[in-house]
Amino acid sequence: MAATVDVADLACLEDAARRIRVGVIRGVNQAKAGHLGGPLSAADILAALYFQVMRIRPDEPDWPDRDRFVLSKGHSSIGLYAALALRGYFPVEELLTFDSLGSRLQGHPDMTRLPGLDMSTGSLGMGISAGIGIALGCRLAGRDARTFVMLGDGECQEGEVWEAAFLASRYGLDKLIVIVDYNKLQQYGWPGEEPDDRLPPAWPGELAAKWSAFGWRVLEVDGHDMAAVVRVLEQATAGDGRPVAIIADTIKGRGVSFMEGRYYWHTRTLTADEFATAMAELGEPVTNPAGGAA
Amino acid sequence: MTLPMGRAMRDVFGQTVTELAGLDPRIVMLDADTASSTKADIFAKAYPDRFLEMGLAEQNMLGVAAGLATTGFVPFVSTFVAFVVVRPLDQIRVLIAQTGLNVKICGGYAGLFTGVAGKTHLIVDDLPIMRAMPGMVTVAPGDDVEAEQVLRWAASYKGPVYIRLVRDATQRLFDETYVFAPGRAVVVRDGGDVTLVSTGTQTPRVVDAADLLAARGIAAHVLHVPTLKPLDVPAIVAAADRTRMVVTVEEGTVIGGLGGAVSETLSEHRPTLVKRIGLQDVYGESASNSELLELYGLSAARVADQVQALLEARTTPGHASHAIPLP
Repeated sequence: MAATVDVADLACLEDAARRIRVGVIRGVNQAKAGHLGGPLSAADILAALYFQVMRIRPDEPDWPDRDRFVLSKGHSSIGLYAALALRGYFPVEELLTFDSLGSRLQGHPDMTRLPGLDMSTGSLGMGISAGIGIALGCRLAGRDARTFVMLGDGECQEGEVWEAAFLASRYGLDKLIVIVDYNKLQQYGWPGEEPDDRLPPAWPGELAAKWSAFGWRVLEVDGHDMAAVVRVLEQATAGDGRPVAIIADTIKGRGVSFMEGRYYWHTRTLTADEFATAMAELGEPVTNPAGGAA
Repeated sequence: MTLPMGRAMRDVFGQTVTELAGLDPRIVMLDADTASSTKADIFAKAYPDRFLEMGLAEQNMLGVAAGLATTGFVPFVSTFVAFVVVRPLDQIRVLIAQTGLNVKICGGYAGLFTGVAGKTHLIVDDLPIMRAMPGMVTVAPGDDVEAEQVLRWAASYKGPVYIRLVRDATQRLFDETYVFAPGRAVVVRDGGDVTLVSTGTQTPRVVDAADLLAARGIAAHVLHVPTLKPLDVPAIVAAADRTRMVVTVEEGTVIGGLGGAVSETLSEHRPTLVKRIGLQDVYGESASNSELLELYGLSAARVADQVQALLEARTTPGHASHAIPLP
């Protein structure tokens, strides 16, 4: 079992997650477009991966033995971009070019433009298949690399996810680790009791049962408890012959009170007041235009 | 006189990719449970570790191929056209064409020869779909000799390629001295009365049709276009310049495929009367190969008859609608 994180490192990781959230809000606010709820729910996991768990070299993005990350829920791109920028893959200021003409930071990740992206994604259900190919390739080439794939819970409605789930299990790809961002909301979904309520894409326990039924080793975690997230990712990399699915219990819009648990913040632009409130809640002075790199 | 028969293209596929894998350890074969039909099983027996059975899950298969390509492998993805092009089309678009990853998409059972499988397996529009996709090299070899060379070239080329392969033995178009050049069309018959443009394994039948026409005093110029994209525009314009009428012939829909490509090219570069022989906006059905060729007007005799009729109509007074529109 890998070592757990000490208190100082934990504080650094939590601050990295906070700065990812600041980058998300700034990038989307600048573009006046993009997704908010999904990147915010994923921020803690992205911080744990890029700042603690993954073996990567930001100054050598194509390092053949690196761990890989595929954002299958590609619409949360701004969250990944913020993590990459803060980790040193490119200048944090570039986050403000998100979605603009000629930018390397496309609405959905484009590996042909931005170093550090291990796959282009954006059409849901595909990233996990590519992750299988990467894991198979690393195994065939004798590389010790791990492949992490983040799926949305709504994305698990795509049939391709279950084609992939079957195949990864058949090949015993235990260096393939899927993280399902179980934030319990999708873009529109099905109506709940109240006008602004929505049913979750999957019921409690449903995802664990499904991945388990497909032969995966299933781990569950509070996706906003940094120590627990790091611990579960390290547990996941100790392979037992089965691919691993981590069901991460998260809150859509996490970190900004008025976005949390609100389906309509999947994509939405912020008013000036909302932007200021969000920045204040994230502990970031709005005078810093670069998204909190300091 | 008709052209002789060659080897079945699927046998060429299985043998050639297996041979290439012996030379290049990066080559892997992905199959969707059709290896015994596509002859990818030859590869499976020779290199079991590099043969990756994807099961009946074709969308996933194309995604796996993309992932493998990022790790330096060269995936040949193989199943029937219906399942390697049409079903996983979005995966091809997003993960392979948009990324430019080094994946070879090998569509077996192309064209009319699907072993009587009928409409679900008989894909009439793979060439229009693939040539319309930015970044996708699209090749339809004319015979076994060319298919082998196309596969060898594809293995050496870095980027996505779609290769259209026919199930059954087809006629031999080229001898061993032939050299396939990607993006280049080939004049296979010289003539001055009418230009016939063809692709894939329809070309040998068009050559036979040219021989039938010659016996009737009509000298047909035959241009074989194995690469639908990138298209050999100068060769098509030059072939059109040879005669006053162009007829395209293809084993698929006339909409957007070779007929579409030639029409687009000539209307832009050299406005010329173009007639398109092929499937006229219809799906296929179950029948023997020869019956289907007759049904859709693609046998040598039917092609010759249609071309002769078009020429006669053009030269008959009162058929002004066939006059060549001049720029």
